[in-house]
This record gives sequence, structure tokens and C-alpha cells, in this order.
Amino acid sequence: MEIFGVSMPAMLSQLLLGLVNGSFYAILSLGLAVIFGLLNVINFAHGALFMLGALLTWMGMSYLGVNYWVMLVAAPLVVGLFGVVIERLLLRWIYKLDHLYGLLLTLGLTLLIEGVFRSIYGVSGLGYDTPELLEGATNLGFMILPNYRAWVVVASLAVCVATWYVIEKTKLGAYLRAGTENPRLVEAFGVNVPVMITLTYAFGAALAAFAGVLAAPVYQVTPLMGQNLIIVVFAVVVIGGMGSIMGSILTGLGLGVVEGFTKVFYPEASSTVVFVIMAIVLLIRPAGLFGKEK
Amino acid sequence: MKHAKFTALALLLGSAGLLAGAAHAQDKVKIGYISDLSSLYADLEGKGGATAIQMAIDDFGGKVLGKPIELLSADHQNKADIAASKAREWIDTQNLTMIFSGTNSGVALALAKVAEEKKRVMINNGAGSSALTNEACTPYTVHYAYDTVALSKGAAGAIVDGGGKSWFFLTADYAFGHAMEADASAVVKAKGGTVASAVRHPLNASDFSSFLLQAQNSKAQVLALANAGGDTINTIKAAKEFGIDKTMKIAPLLVFYSDIHSLGLKNTAGMQFVTSWYWDMDTASRKFADAYMKKTQRRPTEIQAADYSATMNYLKAVQAAGTTDADKVMETWRGMKMDDFFAKGQIRADGSYIHDMYLVQVKEPKESKGTWDYYKIVKKLSGDDVFTAKAESKCALWK
Amino acid sequence: MNSKKFAPIGYGLLLLGLIAAPLLGAYPVFVMKLLCFALFASAFNLLLGYTGLLSFGHAAFLGGAAYVTGHAVKVWGATPELGLLAGLLTGALLGLVMGWFTIRRQGIYATMITLALAQMLFFAALQAKFTGGEDGLQGVPRGKLFGLIDLSSDMAMYYVCLAVVALAFLVIVRTIHSPFGQVLKGIKENEPRATSLGYDTNRFKLLAFVISAAIAGLAGSLKTLVLGFATLSDVHWSASGHVVLMTLVGGLGTLSGPLVGSAVVVLLENKIGELGTLLAQWTTIDWFNTLGESVTIVTGLIFVVCVLAFRRGIMGELIAWIERRRAG
Repeated sequence: MEIFGVSMPAMLSQLLLGLVNGSFYAILSLGLAVIFGLLNVINFAHGALFMLGALLTWMGMSYLGVNYWVMLVAAPLVVGLFGVVIERLLLRWIYKLDHLYGLLLTLGLTLLIEGVFRSIYGVSGLGYDTPELLEGATNLGFMILPNYRAWVVVASLAVCVATWYVIEKTKLGAYLRAGTENPRLVEAFGVNVPVMITLTYAFGAALAAFAGVLAAPVYQVTPLMGQNLIIVVFAVVVIGGMGSIMGSILTGLGLGVVEGFTKVFYPEASSTVVFVIMAIVLLIRPAGLFGKEK
Repeated sequence: MKHAKFTALALLLGSAGLLAGAAHAQDKVKIGYISDLSSLYADLEGKGGATAIQMAIDDFGGKVLGKPIELLSADHQNKADIAASKAREWIDTQNLTMIFSGTNSGVALALAKVAEEKKRVMINNGAGSSALTNEACTPYTVHYAYDTVALSKGAAGAIVDGGGKSWFFLTADYAFGHAMEADASAVVKAKGGTVASAVRHPLNASDFSSFLLQAQNSKAQVLALANAGGDTINTIKAAKEFGIDKTMKIAPLLVFYSDIHSLGLKNTAGMQFVTSWYWDMDTASRKFADAYMKKTQRRPTEIQAADYSATMNYLKAVQAAGTTDADKVMETWRGMKMDDFFAKGQIRADGSYIHDMYLVQVKEPKESKGTWDYYKIVKKLSGDDVFTAKAESKCALWK
Repeated sequence: MNSKKFAPIGYGLLLLGLIAAPLLGAYPVFVMKLLCFALFASAFNLLLGYTGLLSFGHAAFLGGAAYVTGHAVKVWGATPELGLLAGLLTGALLGLVMGWFTIRRQGIYATMITLALAQMLFFAALQAKFTGGEDGLQGVPRGKLFGLIDLSSDMAMYYVCLAVVALAFLVIVRTIHSPFGQVLKGIKENEPRATSLGYDTNRFKLLAFVISAAIAGLAGSLKTLVLGFATLSDVHWSASGHVVLMTLVGGLGTLSGPLVGSAVVVLLENKIGELGTLLAQWTTIDWFNTLGESVTIVTGLIFVVCVLAFRRGIMGELIAWIERRRAG
């Protein structure tokens, strides 16, 4: 069966692959949206934190013989801790300033982190094998899908939904949301707002690292792996609505699928289609598809 | 006072400029080595290339025409602008004698232009593009180890003969990939095969899955990889993951020892391709490989061996010519008959070093005697048969 | 105290220094590269420091003009001054288009639009045949200025480059000190107030965009002639990030800031390797030899330090310090 001259299997397989990519976009833009929504900081360092998650996974395997499943929990914890340090040491000085400075500070942080690891490991990829449990592939008929990629989609969706639930539906999430709107009032109720903010940033960092662990067997683990991804993730957050959790998740997944679709017809444009969409959205609905104007 | 600050600025700029230009021409023979030292091609040549060149300098005696020989090296990071600027700076401020342009054809082409403008000999051992000795040929370029034409006529020819008639190309989107795809397609079509389609991927891509799916959907028999180094390794890994190797014959067109070492025999057994040299070929080669292994704990790739050989022969040519002047050295060198562990042959008017190539096949794991024992030689290919023939040549200097 | 009187003296001394530099042994190509980036940063600062618009897509102007000039000179055989003109016009045109889209939104959203549009230009540059994609546009000849002066000599090219940069910088200075420039400052400080005073702020912002983009394009064209190539690095978003860094380090909203900032950044990137080797020789600590590989780290560190402590940049802090000294 053919659509627009392309066979069904070709279309389906690219869309499915696109969904896998979309899962990464979803988790990363989720972390970014959480940090922007609750801290008002544009965290350019998100790509570097993602890379740290992947790199730590590789290091865990190569230096300590620690397996993937342990790193799936350990890497986000370590990076989350690192996030605490960043927030306490650097970020808290710039909350009162223009958004620009948060962007620049985290950009500088990115260069620092990437530069350090680049000088140690170079730029070419460090190989990471698929964990044994998830090896092998399933024949879906229209394509053979490696089991690991199916896992990526499942794990990402689970984490995204859990995060959304916590922030939108629980008391803790309510405190977080209130804390950014009116910190003084919330503090008056006895909630420690600065601690909440630190933990929020740490959580965002941990989310990025989680995506990194998932990415290690799929993409090449290199110190620069976050670079190209971060720009796309920014665009996703802008399209979804800076501050809307659900918006980021849906847009991330949707963009992955759109990219997959583009790859069928005009592969070279797949990396630019997100920017075209972003420009259009910014002109028609600047607050984003799901966002509220701040 | 504000103006004092500006004076300081002017002085700062001035002295910085002096720092930049301070190096005056010392009386040394300086060899400049510019290659990919940290990215996807770093294992093919990289720092090992500099080691090999230094080994040759030391074995030659460290001096030529009474002047000490110095090796300068730089990482071009696969960017032509970085390479060209570096080469120019070395030539303008350090009196560089000759250039070794390394991996990455786009960079090599840029350096060939600089070498032509500034009249310096340029030897290339890492870039494949046949354009270096065709459209872009200059009187100073020596394309020493291999090029995409030789690889195509050798490997593509053998695969078509073996039954692979319909081809799909996965091409790195820059000079090398384009040249490899063009030259290989020509050979395939000349032998009666067909090229179903091609897809281009960015250099140093991180994920090949969607390109591979396109390849699979084309239903071609052969998946030809017009890429190299890290890209080839990742493509092969992904192809195995998605089960592409069960329906298509995977034919990487440019493969190096370091790639097989990274992938392992179980992923590459049976693959056939063309190489200019291989460390276990004969006694002389093994001797060089052992000396190299002592310094680096790795076996040399054909490029690193070629770097050693080319340096030796260049220095011999300088000795014979009695000068480092590029025109005279090239004239002398083209007349020299070379014979060492790397190869035996002569440099042609278009800059190609014509020597034998070898069609090799990767051993099965059970055939291999251990680490570093990967190839078996299938056929020896005569240089005259596989390099660009005079009738096909687009080089203005070779008429 | 009129520090205004000393500024021209300062610039005059700088100019003299630059005129003398190659005669004193500086490598002309390197200083020319510095000049091009100084102009690029100054053009960028016109938009950010004086109009308050952060563009994260200025590389589009630098690179777009670079490619056009390269093509004009290499393929169409244009003489260098026509090539430069083509680059200037390309920058202006791109600025018009990008500006038109950008001014429709404020703050971070406007910045995102500039990024998106610049990325689209990057894609176009990657795909277009004439740019040479990853290989770049190589072998651009310098040609003869006005058909008379051969620019292939580094010295000749240097003085022409210096003249062009000085003139363009003068244009920026006049723009800022003109009534037009005052309105821009007003818009930066409080746009609603400017609107209520009757100014069509959108038109002013658009014009600022066009001027900034045109001069940035000129810088790119000049760079192409000097170095002989135009590559994807010129349109990549990291080039946009670079110019933000240069302006931030030097001092937003000061005239001399971008000059100092670009000098610091370019010197850092190119000379840190040599500095490392020098330090290694003096202290015999081998680790310094690897300093050349840590350009990114040092750049990142500077970014962080500047945002936290030196928000006004080198010149900004300096000028503020002088004012404080005078007042107290």
C-alpha cells in the first residue's frame, strides 16, 4: 500500500523511530519546562547534564563494572546532586535579573562541562552496549524493532506521566507552583521555598541525566552529544509553551513523529522542521500551543 | 583617565600582535602535520600519524642537508577553515617547509589550494577523494596511499562480480563521501549493475537508524557505505541491531585496521574491501609494525605506515635534489623509483603514487590466531589497473 | 571633567597602534581577523547594548554575507569592493527579514525567533550547492581593489581592511550619538514610554536591526576576503554565541566594550596554546602543554565569571569605576 508514493512499511518504520526520538525530546523538554516554569531560568546547561548522565553510565561500566540498571538510578542521583551544587553556588545570584543572564550563565556552564570532558575523552564516540536483558529485536512485520528502543519509549512515557502527575495533582506540586507565584506567602505558611527551588533544579537535572542513561546505547556517548539536542529541545519547549508540563511532553513526542515523517519525504530537512514550526507558532501563538502568557 | 586605558589597549594589541608574529625564520626543515586528532577519524591516523612521521625523521637521522628537522602538528577538528588558517600561519610566520594533510577530504582539498598558492609540497595520506589528483590536482600534491578510484575499482568490482548487482549508497555528506559514491557508482554501472538510490548523512552522525531503514526499504542487494572511521563503525553496529545484515550485503568501501579492531571479527567477518598495506603482509612490514607497537601499543593502520614511508621518501628526494624548494623537490621525486616495506612504485604526473593494492577479506573468528590478526589477502591488484587511467583523468597537468 | 574629550584621543592612539602593528612584526592576517570580529561585535552591540534586543542569530548575517561575497568574487569575478558591497546588502536584506519577524514579539520570545530563523539559514547554507556544504567555499581570491590595488599582498589587504573597519565603526559611533540613537536608548529603557511619546518603536527597532545586520554582514565579507574561504562555522549558532560572549565580556552598551571583548576572546582562543607552551617551558610543568585544548573550558569560565561578577563587562566596569572615583 502506498501513500504519496511511499510504501506503508517505510512510513510506519520511520514514524516509530521518530517516536523513539520523541521520547528523548519529551523527557528533556519536560526537565527544561519544570525548571523554567518554577525557577524562571532558561537552563542552557540541560544538554550538558544529559551528556553527564550518558557519560556517567559509560564510566560506571568501564571503570567500575557497574551495570546499566544500577546506573539508571545512580546517574540521575549523582547529576541531581551536581544540580544542587550548581543552584546553590551559581544560579541563586541571578534570579532577580533578566532572563538573558540565566541563559548566558548556563551557556557558560555548558561550555565548561563539555570542555572538561572533551579534553579528556576527545570527540569521537565511546561505545556502550545494549544491556543484556534488552538485547535482540522483535519483528513487527514492517520493520525489525530492537527491543531496547521499545524500552526507551516505555520508560520515558512512564517518567513523564509520573512527573506530570506529581506536579499537577499532588500537594507537593501545588506548593511548587505556588512557591513561584508568591514565594513570601508560601514561606509564611512554613514551607521552605529556597530548599524547594534547589530541589526543583536538582530534579530537572536528574531528569536530563535519566534521558542520558537511556540514550547511551542508542546514540554515541560523546562529550558533545548534548549540543545539537539542546537547541531542538529549546524549540520544543517554546512550541509547547514555556512552563506547561503537558505541553512539553506532547510537543516532544509530536515533534519526534513529525521529524520521522519528514525523513520519509525530505530527509535533509528533518533537523530544521522544528525551527520552522517554532517560528510559525511564535508568530501566531507566542505563549506556545499549551502555554499561558506570563 | 580614559585615554590611558585606550593606550593600554593599543599597546596590548600591539604586543599581542608581536607575540603572534615574533617567530622568525630559523634554519630548520619544518614538517607540518594537520589531521583529525580528536574526532571520528582520530584512530585512523590521528596522533599515531605524528608518531609515525617522527619515527621516520629519527630513522633518517634527524637532519637533512645539514639542517635539523622539526615536526609541527595540529588538530583540524574536521574544519577546513581551522586547517587552512593554521597552514597559512605556519608558512607565513614559521617558514614551514612542507605539509602533511591528513584525514578528511574537504580539509585536504583546502590545504592543497594553500600549498599551491604558497608553493609547498603537500603529501596526503588520509583523505580519499580522487579529486585531489583530478580536478584539483596541483604540481605540489602527492596523493600517496590510496584514493576512491582505486578503492572502487578493486572492491566494488569484486562485489558486483560476486553477485551484488543492485546497490544502495549510504554516503557521508562531504567531499569524500561524494567522491566515493560517484566513483563506486561508475564502476557498478560499468559492470552491468544498478544503483537503486542513495541517502546522505551528516559527517559524524550520532544515529543511523532512519537512514538504514530507508536502505532496507529500497530492497537493494548491497548496502554500500561511502563513509569512514567512526561513521562506518556506527553504521555497521546499527545495521546489526536492526537486522539489516540479514537482508542486504553490507559493503563498507573504506575500512581501516582500527575499525575492525573496534567492531570485532564477529561483526565484520567476510567483508571484502581494498587496502594499500597490512601489517602482517611480509617480514619488512612486520618489522615496522613491531617498532610502531613498541611506541603506541597498537598495530599501525595503512595510513600511519604510509606516513612513515612518505616522510622517508620525501626526505630522500630533498637530499637528492639538494634543496627544499618545492618545484625542484617534486621534479626529483617524480623521477625516483621507490621501494620500501609500504609499497613499490613511482609518483605520476597527476600526483598519484602508483603502487599495488590488495583485495582483502576479514577472517572468521575461528580463523584468527588472536588480537590484531584480522585480514587474509584475496588478490593483489596492480596499480596500473586500479588507479585513474589517463583517458579518464581530469587533471590538467597530465596530458 | 569631560571624559568625552579623551575618548577621541584614546581611539586615535588605538588607530595609530593598529597602523603601526604590521610594521612592528605583527602577523597581519591575525590582526585582520581581530578587526573583523571587533566590527562584528560592535554591530551586534548596536542591537543589544543600545536597543535592548538580544539576537541569538547574528551568525546568519556574518555567514550569509560571507558566502555571498565569496561567491561573487570567486565565481562572478567581482572586484573586492563590489564583493564587500554585495555582502553589506545581503546582511541588510537578511536583517530586514529577520527583524520584521522578530519585532513582533518581546524579550525571550524575540530571541527565540532569531535563533529559529538563523537555524533555517544554516540549513539553507548546508543544502545549497554554491556554499560547498561541509567542505566550504574555498579558494576565494582577493582580487584588485577598484581594479587597481592588488590585495593578495597581506600588507595591502591589511590597510584596506583597517580603513573599512574604521569607517564602519565610525558609522556606528555616529548612529549612537545621533537623535536616532537616543530614541533607541529610550526604547531600551522603557518601550511603552517611548510609544506614548509618539515614536513608532517598531520602525526604529527594525531600522536598528537592518543597520546592525548590514555591518555584521560587512564584517563577514571582509573576513572572507582576508582568509580566502567561507564555511559553515560562520553560520553555525556557536558563532552567534561567540559574539554574545565578546560583547558581554567587553561591556554591553559601551562603544569600546565590543572592541576589548573581541580582542580578549580571539586572542584567548588563538594564543592559549602558545601561552601554554610558554608556561610549560618556564615552569617545566608538562600539563601546561595541553592548555591549548582547553579553549572551551576557559571560554565557559569567562562566561560564568562575567555573568556573576562582571555583568558590565571590562569596559563597563572600568567606566563605572572612573565615574565613582570622580564623584567620591
